[in-house]
Amino acid sequence: MSLSTRAQHSAVEAPPGMPSRLDGELLEVSMGPQHPSTHGVFRMNVALEGEVVRRLKPVFGYLHRNHEKIGENTSYLGSMPYTDRLDYICSMSNNWGYALSVEKLAGIEVPERAEYLRVILAELTRLVNHASLLGFLLSDMGAWGTPLMYAFRERENILDLFESLSGSRMMCDYMRFGGCRCDLPPGWMERARKVVDGFPHFLDEFEQLITGNEILIARTQEVGKLSAELAISAGITGPGLRASGVNYDLRKVDGYGFYPRFKFRVPLGEHGDCYDRLMMRVLELRETLGILRQAMDDLPAGPIMNPKVKIRAFKPPVGEAYGRIEAPKGELGFYLISDGSGNPYRYRVRPPSLINLTVLEDMCLGHTVADVMVILGSIDIVMGEVDR
Amino acid sequence: MASAPPIDEGLRSELQKQGIWVTSMQELYNWGRRNSIWPLQFGLACCAIEMIATAASRYDLARFGGEVFRPSPRQADLMIVAGTVTKKMAPQIVRLYNQMPDPKYVISMGACAISGGPFKQGYNVLKGIDRYIPVDVYIPGCPPRPEALLHAFMELQRKIDGQKLTGTGKAAFLDKTVPSEFPVPAFGAHDLEPPANADVFHPPKIERH
Ligand code: SF4
Repeated sequence: MSLSTRAQHSAVEAPPGMPSRLDGELLEVSMGPQHPSTHGVFRMNVALEGEVVRRLKPVFGYLHRNHEKIGENTSYLGSMPYTDRLDYICSMSNNWGYALSVEKLAGIEVPERAEYLRVILAELTRLVNHASLLGFLLSDMGAWGTPLMYAFRERENILDLFESLSGSRMMCDYMRFGGCRCDLPPGWMERARKVVDGFPHFLDEFEQLITGNEILIARTQEVGKLSAELAISAGITGPGLRASGVNYDLRKVDGYGFYPRFKFRVPLGEHGDCYDRLMMRVLELRETLGILRQAMDDLPAGPIMNPKVKIRAFKPPVGEAYGRIEAPKGELGFYLISDGSGNPYRYRVRPPSLINLTVLEDMCLGHTVADVMVILGSIDIVMGEVDR
Repeated sequence: MASAPPIDEGLRSELQKQGIWVTSMQELYNWGRRNSIWPLQFGLACCAIEMIATAASRYDLARFGGEVFRPSPRQADLMIVAGTVTKKMAPQIVRLYNQMPDPKYVISMGACAISGGPFKQGYNVLKGIDRYIPVDVYIPGCPPRPEALLHAFMELQRKIDGQKLTGTGKAAFLDKTVPSEFPVPAFGAHDLEPPANADVFHPPKIERH
């Protein structure tokens, strides 16, 4: 832990309605940017009274990589590999979000097979993301190593699929506007089926290890509650919102891609605490497996790329478009303004991680400093997306 | 790179048959250090995920004695700079490096840490961490595969194996004239001040004919 501590004096009042244990003196602790549980380079300035959090101020920008500025200075195709590096655990869904907004901007049709492939790959990405998140979150709670090893074992199987398809484990750069880059290599589908069929075993095992675990329950239930009203007014999306009981999933609401063709349920939480957010991931994993099976069964033959699209020297008409998808972390949107030239005039990313992080202080107030890490972990952030 | 063995090899193997193991202080010291490198648990960006994957079940960094990731720089021997170094983060990295006890090593993992990588044109991205701290092993890639990180680890072990404890050319951390801490850059009017540490950063001279 990199802690630099400094007492804060008269500027801070004793918190109202709270019997003060330290004469209202707060201790300011700076957690991060080098911290094992901040999921990257993120810093929080926490004002503590004893062990209880009284105020919390996030400090961003340690990974600001000028993503949007670079996007405005490069061609539409050139931004595609950069989107891989936004939320670097889920490169496939980022590709899809960006491709979707360019397709909206230029009015491009996508062949059926490509749409199916996109669903399969995005849902595989969801498996990777949620499995890794469960591992990371349990590490944050002190279950050092073991759950993460289990999760990464599954992740490796899926990354093998990505690698044989796109040539890269993490930075797939696979989708294009108007379709996908290349077709499945021989034998891919059988291997993918094997991975999908083996996944419930991991899930059962994992669930058995965590759901009834007393320590986990003590550390997550009633911790970091988020009310549905606050979640809606703060613009929270993804599993965090659904854990508070709000039925909002872009796959159902927008019905982009071919999602309306698949049967799946949207799991909802009740309490909006860390436990619900954690279980939301487990339940979503099960639904995801269902979508994957249906998509794999129905995958049609045909082209994977719209032949009319010139992806090089691509010049969309003047206009603007906002495309959004349900990324594993929430609503991932790309907003593009075109002035008819080869690069976008304005390129803006709506990152779910950043917007879900805005309620961090509300969720942490009144909890102990050790809970901050659990709450942060349950939001599921990736700094590449927060700072861009 | 390794220096000539101080003991006659024939004699050594003869003694070994008798159950006597003869070695030099230097060999013993390097052997011990090489097989228990504790890295700093410190990820910056995408490459850090591959670093975690290297430590996880399939690639298992523990085979090389490097699985003990320490969250505190005070307990770490090796800093793996895994990810994009921004100008806001660079001072913290130099400070962390300064806080690590000697002997210490740096692996620069991925294109970003080496040169800024895909984000080199960005106004906020440092063009390589070797401007401020000395780097022992560079691994290119975006991100490098876990195998590449393992390779870097083995290269580092080779380097440690070749270190001398005494005499001329002894290891840098034993040489009192070699600094082990470097000035922490600060944000100036436009950019980091200084833009590079001249004692550390030796860019190649490009000759045009
Ligand atoms: S080298 Fe590539 S993978 Fe590594 S941090 Fe930079 S952009 Fe990410």
